[in-house]
Amino acid sequence: MKNTIMNQIRDKAIWLVLVVLFIAFAAANDKFVSANNLFTIARQVSMFGIAAVGMTFVILIGGIDLATGSIITLVNVVAAYLMVKMNFSIIAAIITSLMLATLIGSLNGFMVAKIKMPAIIATFATQIIFEGAAYIMSGGTPIYGFDPAFKMIGQGYVGPVPVPVIIMAITFAVGAFILNKTYFGRYFYAVGGNEEASRLSGIKVNSVKFMIYALSGFFAGLAGIVMLSRTNSAQPTAGKGFEFDVITCVVLGGVSVSGGYGKISNVIAGTLIIGILTNGMVLMNVSTYMQMVVKGIVLILAVGFDSIQNKSGLAKA
Amino acid sequence: MNEEYVLQLQHISKEYPGVQALKDVSLEVKKGEILALIGENGAGKSTLIKTCSGAVIPTSGKIIVNGKEFSSMSPQLAAENGIAIIYQEFNNVKGLSAAENLFLGNPIKNGILIDRKAMEKEAEKAFAQLNIKIDPKKLCGDLTVGYQQMVEIAKAIKQNARVLIMDEPSAPLTSAEVESMFKVCELLKSQGVSIIYISHRLDEIFRLSDRIVVLRDGEYIKTLITKDSHVDELIRLMVGRELTETYPARPDCIRHDETVLELQDVTGNGDTNISFKLHKGEVLGLGGLVGAGRTELAQMLFGAVEKTSGKIIFKGKEIHPRSPRQAIDAGIALVPEDRKRHGALLGVSVKNNINMAIYNRISKLSVINSKKELETANSYKTNLLIKTPSVNQLVRNLSGGNQQKVILGKWLAANSELIIFDEPTRGIDVGAKFEIYSLINNLVEQGKSILLISSEMEELMGMSDRIIVLAEGKMTGELKRESFDQNAIMRLASAV
Repeated sequence: MKNTIMNQIRDKAIWLVLVVLFIAFAAANDKFVSANNLFTIARQVSMFGIAAVGMTFVILIGGIDLATGSIITLVNVVAAYLMVKMNFSIIAAIITSLMLATLIGSLNGFMVAKIKMPAIIATFATQIIFEGAAYIMSGGTPIYGFDPAFKMIGQGYVGPVPVPVIIMAITFAVGAFILNKTYFGRYFYAVGGNEEASRLSGIKVNSVKFMIYALSGFFAGLAGIVMLSRTNSAQPTAGKGFEFDVITCVVLGGVSVSGGYGKISNVIAGTLIIGILTNGMVLMNVSTYMQMVVKGIVLILAVGFDSIQNKSGLAKA
Repeated sequence: MNEEYVLQLQHISKEYPGVQALKDVSLEVKKGEILALIGENGAGKSTLIKTCSGAVIPTSGKIIVNGKEFSSMSPQLAAENGIAIIYQEFNNVKGLSAAENLFLGNPIKNGILIDRKAMEKEAEKAFAQLNIKIDPKKLCGDLTVGYQQMVEIAKAIKQNARVLIMDEPSAPLTSAEVESMFKVCELLKSQGVSIIYISHRLDEIFRLSDRIVVLRDGEYIKTLITKDSHVDELIRLMVGRELTETYPARPDCIRHDETVLELQDVTGNGDTNISFKLHKGEVLGLGGLVGAGRTELAQMLFGAVEKTSGKIIFKGKEIHPRSPRQAIDAGIALVPEDRKRHGALLGVSVKNNINMAIYNRISKLSVINSKKELETANSYKTNLLIKTPSVNQLVRNLSGGNQQKVILGKWLAANSELIIFDEPTRGIDVGAKFEIYSLINNLVEQGKSILLISSEMEELMGMSDRIIVLAEGKMTGELKRESFDQNAIMRLASAV
């Protein structure tokens, strides 16, 4: 009984934090609540949100993906390179770079699931490799000059709604669908909760892990495409440190870092909090470095809360 | 008060919620003697020695060490008073040298630096005292299991242990290593060290010990002078309980003409040449002591570990289960021994647990047919009388017996025909036990076949149609229901 009440609180608390944060920034700065600014926030968080779906899967099985940022950078550079230097059509460039992102995710999955490397090391290595690869490919300078139609993805609107927000919404919906309606979702929770019991229930644990890292790569790639379209220029450091924000969104959204517990709906709240926090701090002229300090503390609080939950949970069992 | 005793346990009892692990057990250890402690699985041997080391706090009773009385021990107290335990799992650091392990936590220092030379010299002396040759510079991980054990013993003696408790010390050793371990034991004895020796290998006990204490079901049964006793007497004392518990009756539903499972010389995972047949509608019991290789056999049948040779013939066809998935799809299920770690997914709902093995069957294009999912869960909740307010309840919140039923529900949903139960009633209260037995009866009546691994002699004899006994990875015998006999089973399990 106590357990259910605790879970209820845990489930809803994050939305309360979001509302409080929103009111606080609204009170502190009158520019914050303008329609213009709210859409800016929504556009800004869309990339986090898209990548957060893949990261949610990864963290649900008790893993971690540090390669997200460099996959984003690589996708920026590769898609730009294909369009500008090799005259690929927009569609062909997008598909090719998404395939590449998925392939890198699969490489992570292979190392973690088949070779049994610790996820933190395997994805750290790919992060470094592809960060370097992107830099080499771009020659260290931005690539730009795309077909104007490409801008639509990151800067366009459907009615009053920005296209990236629509893409994020679809991604979240797909993520929620996979988690709640398909058996893969059941497997993710099972594997995250207890790998050996999952294996003994007939789940191909290695295949599940492999797939999840591949998906995480794919969603990072999608976030990369949106970013490229927004900035309209491929920067050789476009995604640097991106995984940090994405991990914070997910953990803030109540996905347990030890695996097995979490919901997409709360990850949406976590993502919005990071968006509001970043935007609000910019409006209040908080320096980039101070923002880093604040975000780091937020991550500690989120993980700390999760660890305390786990500790009391274990004590009960 | 007798001064010749270095360690006395008086009226030790230990209660856990719902279980009395030790009932008023008393024993004495004399200076320089080897006292064997024997009993079946679950007789309370481990719990008893853990009260000496401080790992278990007795509910009542006294522990007297060299005349000093304690109501309970702590690891520090035990060490200070010269009691050391050599567990089956060694407490060594494989990446450190033998000498460093000997001084673990208490190194010889030279200023702020560790004096490796001095430690190696001391280690050499300590090993020499035991008449063993170990290079103190060698990493513990590079030593054989036998030598690692010697390092543990040397460490205990170096810390002035006067009572050495050894828990199944011969289990991981080769026969040559056992011989050298015996020599060390004799040597220690001659130096006035007392040893409490726990083993289920009765031949060792007769060779090594001076006296034997027999425990059964947490109670002290008898102390014997080794040279005046006989194997038959020991076995009778270990198993000689009244068979009181009743088991639900079941009609004979064995289809002798239909062999569901046949093993031909199955070898691997510590087992050698296991061969037997299991008929449709039969409960075949697998008896033996802990470590006899029964769980290991189950793992091979279930594909959790691959066999190295031999044939598994299931429903007339040879199968090679390489993963649990393959075994499940063939129709084999395993209800594992460690329910919480290997059986139920505690953080997942009853509904999801029951459907976990069949999601691929109730889904189209990976989308779950949620109506079917709910129906399946509810039908097994009803049929198996799973007590839960809703199938959405997390399995963690269910009692042990109900968790076990959820696991069973998962396998019935998967249409399994052979269900392997590994200690199905461990940690389950009496009422729920009876329910599990009735469920097993229902299963064979429906034509399922059961392989029942149980360390509870009564349960094994009460539920099985036939019993096969394993000892140290080999089959030592087979008993038909009419010739079930505790002494006979124990004799086969002890391989004497």
